[in-house]
Amino acid sequence: MTAPAIPIQMESLTTVIARTPFENTMRRLFRHRSAQVGMSILGFLMILAIFAPALAPYDPIKPLRDVKRRAAPCIHLLGCPADQPQHFFGIDGNQRDLLSRIIYGSRLSLQIGVATVTFAIVIGVMLGAVAGYVGGWTDNITMRIMDVLLAFPSLLLSIAIVAVLGPGLINALLAIAFVSIPVYARIVRASVLQVKEQDFVSASRALGSSPLGILISHVLPNALTPIIVQATLGIASAILDAAALSFLGLGAAPPTPEWGLMLGEERNSVFNAPHLVLLPGIAIMLTVLAFNLLGDGLRDALDPRLRKA
Amino acid sequence: MCPEAPCTGASGHETNFVAFSINMSQFLIRRLILLLPVLFGITFVTFALARILPGDPCFAILGEKATAVQCAAYREREGLNDPIPIQFVRYLGDIAKGNFGESLKDSRPVLQIILERLPMTLEVTIGAMLFSTTFGVLLGVISAIRRNTPVDVGTMIGANVGVSMPVFWLGLVLAYVFAISLKGTPFWIPPSGRLSSGITIPPLAETYNLQDLSGLFGVMVTFASNSVIFNSIITGNFQVLRDALWHLILPCVAVGTIPLSIIARMTRSSLLEVFGLDYIRTARAKGLREREVIFKHAMRNALLPIVTVVGLSVGGLMSGAVLTETVFSLPGVGTQLVSAILSRDYAVVQAFTIIIALIFVFVNLIVDLSYVFLDPRIRMQ
Repeated sequence: MTAPAIPIQMESLTTVIARTPFENTMRRLFRHRSAQVGMSILGFLMILAIFAPALAPYDPIKPLRDVKRRAAPCIHLLGCPADQPQHFFGIDGNQRDLLSRIIYGSRLSLQIGVATVTFAIVIGVMLGAVAGYVGGWTDNITMRIMDVLLAFPSLLLSIAIVAVLGPGLINALLAIAFVSIPVYARIVRASVLQVKEQDFVSASRALGSSPLGILISHVLPNALTPIIVQATLGIASAILDAAALSFLGLGAAPPTPEWGLMLGEERNSVFNAPHLVLLPGIAIMLTVLAFNLLGDGLRDALDPRLRKA
Repeated sequence: MCPEAPCTGASGHETNFVAFSINMSQFLIRRLILLLPVLFGITFVTFALARILPGDPCFAILGEKATAVQCAAYREREGLNDPIPIQFVRYLGDIAKGNFGESLKDSRPVLQIILERLPMTLEVTIGAMLFSTTFGVLLGVISAIRRNTPVDVGTMIGANVGVSMPVFWLGLVLAYVFAISLKGTPFWIPPSGRLSSGITIPPLAETYNLQDLSGLFGVMVTFASNSVIFNSIITGNFQVLRDALWHLILPCVAVGTIPLSIIARMTRSSLLEVFGLDYIRTARAKGLREREVIFKHAMRNALLPIVTVVGLSVGGLMSGAVLTETVFSLPGVGTQLVSAILSRDYAVVQAFTIIIALIFVFVNLIVDLSYVFLDPRIRMQ
């Protein structure tokens, strides 16, 4: 009557390691091919940004002496005379070393992306949380305002806001951040609505937790996944938009080493000095690509249900 | 006509058509009502933008040297002394009449500038949309069919790179490659301008000898005249049409690349999702050709998210067109908008913002309406 004993393989049991959800997420992230590429590029850019003063061969702002304007790259290994100083990316229209400006530009671009998205998240989270938690008219009015802001093409609304505030990097960043707020407000509001009627929130309320406490300890952790993913992708689009505004002359002012501005300043030289246009553009593209790939990887790693086919 | 069996004849079709028309009208009315608050919001935002100008709007408009008397006269003339709600209602009335104010820089009605500039931007936007949708769907379908092959991986890498490229940079690179590197070859494409030098097209009013050009008719004729593509098709001037299309290739490719990448990714993922469903397996099991399975069965259900993405990309396309015009020296909204901002010509900025937002909203309304045709279940709801 007794069933035959099934031999238990102890080795296989001992190999099962209990991992926290965070560890599982990180494992999925580090195994994700897109995320690997994104993180590698981003790591490289962060090294450039942090060690810019050590890595940049020249000052990014001060014009150099004894160099020709818009000179092509000079690399000794590729046949450039040994008596001439090396300029790997050539010289720009104001006699500055392009490589140094691009290295310093990485600093600015990463700062732009992170600063605008942080600002948008802070305001968006507050608006979305209050709208979702309070409900009623507050919710209706807040979300209709967000809908209206989303009805504008984002870059054009940024341009219109810059028109009001006046051209300049800070104003451009404020405009881009302002335009990004509705996305985060929507995400947080959806999470609040999902969570606020659940038993654990009611229990917390019954135990006397304040609305702010409930929001911070129960609601926001539930919204964290979509916010992180959106923030990563948001940094990419913020960098692109900031570059676009600078390109149009509405963002960073000369001689700031901002990639979009560098492109805008040299746009008319594209036919006689293409490197001045090509290289800053590649820098923008790589940075945006890194954040996009990381965002895709994060989305798959944080919530495998969202994984795209 | 057919008392026993279910009607399948002409009357049945008529009944279906009438039911569909009623459903469609209800759906349209409901969507238009839902649109009202958004339209109100858009006009309010553009109105508010001009009212929160730093400092006195009088100095912003008339310049720093304006005297107190000039300012008082200006405020009275523009109604700036009235309460804000009255100013807003007046602003709505003006917009409804097509009165967008006067350009400070050009000293002429903003409507005239819109009629001159907008057709160019719309030509680039529509061209880019056609390019991105055609090639985006095509690449997405190929990628989905050849899933996990080098073709799929290559297309998706290309899509990821494409979506990360600054549109103005791509425009400059394309201009360099096609105008300089390929100079002297049949692939040479002009890097700037709308038409080659020496090629012009007369306005429609001149061609058709139209005398009375006032009111809405006049606005429409001027708008159509300034669209070189439309004008040349209507007048059968195919030399101009060919030249205009030739000049549009590079801007459209530059503007359309980002949406193309997004559409390709969406088509692929949407199709792959549908490929896994039972009815596709049934279609294959009953011996349908793969082409029929993909385009007749799978594509119909995969189309909804693709159409949504196409609609949403219109905003990006218009922004891209604005950016690209500066690269290709095209006389559209973009170049005018930038110069208006730099010269603090707020009436122009305000008008272009509102027009582009309205176009964006209406395109998305059309996308919403297209759902009814694409998915009959939406009609029932």
